[in-house]
Amino acid sequence: MKEILNLKNVAVEYDRHGRKVRAVAGVDLTLNSGEILGLVGESGCGKSTLGKAIVGILRPITGEIVFDRQKVKKLTRGKRPEHFRNLQMVFQDPYGSLNPRRKIGVQIADGLIVAGMSKKLALVKAADLLEKVGLPRNAVDRFAHQFSGGQRQRISIARALAASPTAIIADEPISALDTSSQAQVANLLVNLVDEFDMGMVFISHDLSIVRRISDRVAVMYLGKIVEVGTVDQIWNNPSHPYTRALISAIPHADGTSFMPKDLPGDVPNPMSPPSGCRFHPRCPLAKAECASNEPELRKLADGRDVSCVLQTAGSQPVTITLN
Amino acid sequence: MSAILKKFKRSKSANSIWRQPLAVVGIVIILTWTILAVFAPWIAPYDPNAQDADKFLTPSAQHWMGTDELNRDIWSRIIYGARISLPYSLLLVFLSATLGSIIGAISGYAGGKVDSFLMRVTDVFFAFPGIVLAMAVAAALGPQIRNAVIAVTIVAWPVYARLVRGLILNAKQNDYVTASALLGSSALRTMVVDLRPNLSGPVFVLASLEVGNALLLLSGLSFLGLGAQPPAAEWGSMVSMGAVNFDRWWVGLFPGLAILTAVLAFNFIGDSLRDALDPRTAKALRD
Repeated sequence: MKEILNLKNVAVEYDRHGRKVRAVAGVDLTLNSGEILGLVGESGCGKSTLGKAIVGILRPITGEIVFDRQKVKKLTRGKRPEHFRNLQMVFQDPYGSLNPRRKIGVQIADGLIVAGMSKKLALVKAADLLEKVGLPRNAVDRFAHQFSGGQRQRISIARALAASPTAIIADEPISALDTSSQAQVANLLVNLVDEFDMGMVFISHDLSIVRRISDRVAVMYLGKIVEVGTVDQIWNNPSHPYTRALISAIPHADGTSFMPKDLPGDVPNPMSPPSGCRFHPRCPLAKAECASNEPELRKLADGRDVSCVLQTAGSQPVTITLN
Repeated sequence: MSAILKKFKRSKSANSIWRQPLAVVGIVIILTWTILAVFAPWIAPYDPNAQDADKFLTPSAQHWMGTDELNRDIWSRIIYGARISLPYSLLLVFLSATLGSIIGAISGYAGGKVDSFLMRVTDVFFAFPGIVLAMAVAAALGPQIRNAVIAVTIVAWPVYARLVRGLILNAKQNDYVTASALLGSSALRTMVVDLRPNLSGPVFVLASLEVGNALLLLSGLSFLGLGAQPPAAEWGSMVSMGAVNFDRWWVGLFPGLAILTAVLAFNFIGDSLRDALDPRTAKALRD
């Protein structure tokens, strides 16, 4: 497994009427080739902002993002450096992500034409890519409005594939789709990651899909990563109280389900995040020190990282129970 | 241009333009003027500059619209006048639409300080009444039809700049613009390849609405002596001859009517195009 993407202490701020909102507040993360990393968290926790910073749509104020040994720079008006064309993004909105006035074929071919391929050849390649994502070759001559949401999303994926990516940031690629298309697009993504040995960050708030397709999962809360581990670790033995609460919020179909655990209060305003551990005002297990000390990510004996005072670096995770 | 026209023909909304009676009236009038202009030497009964008749003859069978102060046949001069007014107003619209669109596109895409600067410049142009600014420019450059064209272009571009800037601002928020940048397109390429197709429809409609204004401004400058120079037959300058001979009603009335019909016809066409292409018009949706 080769490390394709590495984030160190990445923070992103928005300027809202002169006040700074730190949507991402120091994130460390790695992504390997051939792996799907699920990035989960409630709305507004900074998942999408982080995704945009990774590909260079937003500029982080601190930290660095290294893609395939080179530091990611913000997009400029000029051509994107060739090296970074292998880092692509799939967007959430299947309607805004395709140009309504251009044929599908040329939109996909664009990535190849920019890279120097002749238009004729690029259009043939575009048809190949459409086939790859399960659409008919003659879709090249049609317009976006002639396709359903799921089909459009597959077209967007084909367009990203045109740049022969080694890493894809998929920003909620299936949340806007109906259930049957969700499954198809999710399966397509899994197959493509296997086939092309890409790395994929799969941003989503749909935990059951993330559990099905991801290899590892990163849980975000209010701009910070609270826990990163394998799907088994996260689901079978969450070691952070927030992860615990999030996992229990999934309704189980097997009848042995427990009621979703309600956390007290709402997600705090990111303009004025709480002191100490960002989760402490809502944490049922909070101690006095949590209000003042911000816990660092620590690596546990089973390989996962977690930021909670209840866990000790290097030892086995302590089982978290909320009641 | 022809590509746009073809698109209109193909789209369903283009059919609806033929169902709008005013549009048909406009198209018929413009076609008539076009035929008159193109075949002027065969249609006009007299040489437009010949001074063979008597001066100020009232309209009659020989001179349908009478003659002017210099013994010239007014009907012939109106027919030849269409050869100036129509092509020049189309040229004007083309020039100002191109100039305005480029400035608006730069403004909308660049944003920030470039945008503020360019928009303040357009504000300055908007602050003057069009004809006053056009007069000032034409007077500074010297009375000539070419300078009048420059003057009207300078007055007319800001509307296009505003429109295109708004369209670009709207369109560039779409993810497909970001996606195109991620694939490696430069900003210029994204603008030409991805954003331009969103502009052609609205700009075309605005341009068709503006042809009438351009014609009016150009005639206005000629009326004031800043446009076409004698002895050229031009509608605006013919009206001005009517203004100094006010008791001879036919001298000013007929060229005035020519301007009126042409301006009205262009506005009819422009209005109908806008209605036909505006997605918010329920009628266009039904058609």
